[in-house]
Amino acid sequence: MLNIKDLRASAGGVEILKGINLAVRPGEVHAIMGPNGSGKSTLAQVLAGHPAYEVTGGSVTYLEQDLLDMEPEERAQAGVFLAFQYPVEIPGVSNAYFLRAAYNEIRKARGMEEVDSMDFIDLLEEKLKLVEWESEIMSRAVNAGFSGGEKKRNEILQLAVLEPKLAILDETDSGLDIDALRIVAAGVNKLRSQDRSFIVVTHYQRLLNYIVPDHVHVLSSGRIVRSGGKELALELEARGYEWVEAAEAMA
Amino acid sequence: MSSSVESLVNKEYKYGFVTDIESDMAPKGLSEDIVRFISARKHEPEWLLDWRLKAYRGWVKMTEPHEWPNIRYQPVDYQNLRYYSAPKTGKPFGSLDEVDPKLLETYEKLGIPLSEQKILAGVAVDAIFDSVSVGTTYKAKLAEQGIIFCSFGEAVQEHPELVRKYLGSVVPASDNFFAALNAAVFSDGSFVYIPKGVRCPMELSTYFRINTAETGQFERTLIVAEAGAHVSYLEGCTAPKRDENQLHAAVVELVALEGATIKYSTVQNWYAGDEKGRGGIYNFVTKRGKCAGANSKISWTQVETGSAITWKYPSVILQGDNSVGEFYSVAVVNGHQQADTGTKMIHLGKNTRSTIVSKGISAGQGQNSYRGLVKVLPKAAGARNYTQCDSMLIGNRCGAHTFPYIDVQNSSSSVEHEASTAKIGEDQIFYLKQRGLNTENAISMIVNGFCKEVFKELPMEFAVEAQKLLGISLEGSVG
Ligand SMILES: Nc1ncnc2c1ncn2[C@@H]1O[C@H](COP(=O)(O)OP(=O)(O)OP(=O)(O)O)[C@@H](O)[C@H]1O
Ligand SMILES: [Mg+2]
Repeated sequence: MLNIKDLRASAGGVEILKGINLAVRPGEVHAIMGPNGSGKSTLAQVLAGHPAYEVTGGSVTYLEQDLLDMEPEERAQAGVFLAFQYPVEIPGVSNAYFLRAAYNEIRKARGMEEVDSMDFIDLLEEKLKLVEWESEIMSRAVNAGFSGGEKKRNEILQLAVLEPKLAILDETDSGLDIDALRIVAAGVNKLRSQDRSFIVVTHYQRLLNYIVPDHVHVLSSGRIVRSGGKELALELEARGYEWVEAAEAMA
Repeated sequence: MSSSVESLVNKEYKYGFVTDIESDMAPKGLSEDIVRFISARKHEPEWLLDWRLKAYRGWVKMTEPHEWPNIRYQPVDYQNLRYYSAPKTGKPFGSLDEVDPKLLETYEKLGIPLSEQKILAGVAVDAIFDSVSVGTTYKAKLAEQGIIFCSFGEAVQEHPELVRKYLGSVVPASDNFFAALNAAVFSDGSFVYIPKGVRCPMELSTYFRINTAETGQFERTLIVAEAGAHVSYLEGCTAPKRDENQLHAAVVELVALEGATIKYSTVQNWYAGDEKGRGGIYNFVTKRGKCAGANSKISWTQVETGSAITWKYPSVILQGDNSVGEFYSVAVVNGHQQADTGTKMIHLGKNTRSTIVSKGISAGQGQNSYRGLVKVLPKAAGARNYTQCDSMLIGNRCGAHTFPYIDVQNSSSSVEHEASTAKIGEDQIFYLKQRGLNTENAISMIVNGFCKEVFKELPMEFAVEAQKLLGISLEGSVG
């Protein structure tokens, strides 16, 4: 599904990603952990096509396409979804209007008919249940004045509506209270399927108790320094990043 | 992919065609004789000719404003303009069946069908082509309730007493350079009269079209709402693409008597000039309303997307106690457009209230200035004003400027002013693109959200139109 080879990227002339290799197969869940500033969000943003980052080397293939050659909206239309670490506010635009516009753009790109607002409301009602939310939230402006936790939950609601093939969650668990974490994780689990893959960026093993990953990777200074199964996350929790970084230095 | 929010492409102006029709024209230039010529063509009474001549003599002594507004333009050569042009076949006040099919076709093309079967339900239209009204719809139906909705020229013939009573009562002929010019040479416009206690059952609308080259358009609109009356009025405008600048100097006067409400909405989409800044309309307009009676209300809503230069300050004189004035504005400049617009709220009566919401959007090399005056006179005890003035910048070469003037002359009044300037965020655009929207749709969504407080003031059909227009006028503003 996704094949990242020796990916290098920089921002403001500084290299942040220094040769990332990662292969994600359909249905897999990959967790990415690593210290602050190691490049996790940068990787997520580069995959989504953020213009602030310059790709300086390597390649990314997504479903047989050259992902790096696509506009951000083309990536979205092809099924790449990024749940932002810091979701953006769009004042004056209702959540429902925005989400329907996005939904229809993606449908259009796939040659499907647009849905009208009545049909969309039905769909929305169903998806709202998935994240245990009331429909009032849909008439508010996108993320405007939302609490940190509400913004994160809104990202997962969008994920549920847009049904991507590759979902990248950038610290969706940060800022969620215990109940919200359980709800969001349960939502994600319901969305897991054979042909939908996830890249989950997190600092906490706690999330991975709910969303059990197939693979865990440790990112440090722009490189994946260690990969393993779900036990790696437990080990990290117990021993800290210094342990991997020290092992890396010795290798 | 570029990260810059600038681009050179400019959207083609959709309404830039010219209608090939024979016109009855005044010779070029301006003099007392031309004023007489116009007055004679319109079979005007003596008092009106005198009023025009007086205005003309005042105008000759005035100078074109170049110092205080934050706009730059070549002085207009007033002797090289034509002050009267009427489609030859158009009978002055004929019914729509007598209108030249070419003209009907023009309006059809503009999306303003004038045949009553096709027209938007619930909207009556007066169509002004160059200097004259070519037809007014639903006139008879409105007349049943005593509502007068007709061209200005017709009103002068049929209701001279009303015209004489109110003409110049809000915007005197000597008010300013362009108002004086208009008073001298105005050709046509709309006249609306709503009798006491009548709520106008449909939206009234005037559609202005400049066609002939080197012709100025000087229309005059007068709306009078008697005690307890209620009316909502819409104005729309377009012009062909031409290389030279064309002058549009209109005057609008509103009079609201006790307990009356006038809601005046404009969607202005005059030709803005080409990508090099050549051509386009100089939109120099004086609009003012008087809340003459207690508890009356005047509300201006404008969406200004066109014109090379926009210079207008729809204002309200709050004379009656407890009267309310509102100004909701969206002004968009792209390419080389310049706008210096805002409002004046003059509080004279007790407990008068005014609200100003201005949204300025600048893209390309556009320059957008908000200029607003809130004046509270000593007798206006308990007056209140709230002003919110937001600017949005798209790209690095445009500008937004704010010039608020506040003059409060009593201690029981309150004036509140909030202002903000934001650059359209690359992160906002990226967020929407990540959800599948292309750049233009993303910008249009962000900008429409920014303007929401103003759009919600527009009548439904117009709000939809305004949203589309905004999308079109910003197309190509970001790459
Ligand atoms: N647009 C940018 N311009 C300049 N530097 C950047 C930019 N984006 C990220 N960086 C820098 O790159 C490094 C990696 O940042 P990134 O946000 O990817 O880290 P992260 O692993 O997600 O950290 P955290 O766990 O704190 O979220 C940091 O040093 C950051 O300051
Ligand atoms: Mg991060």
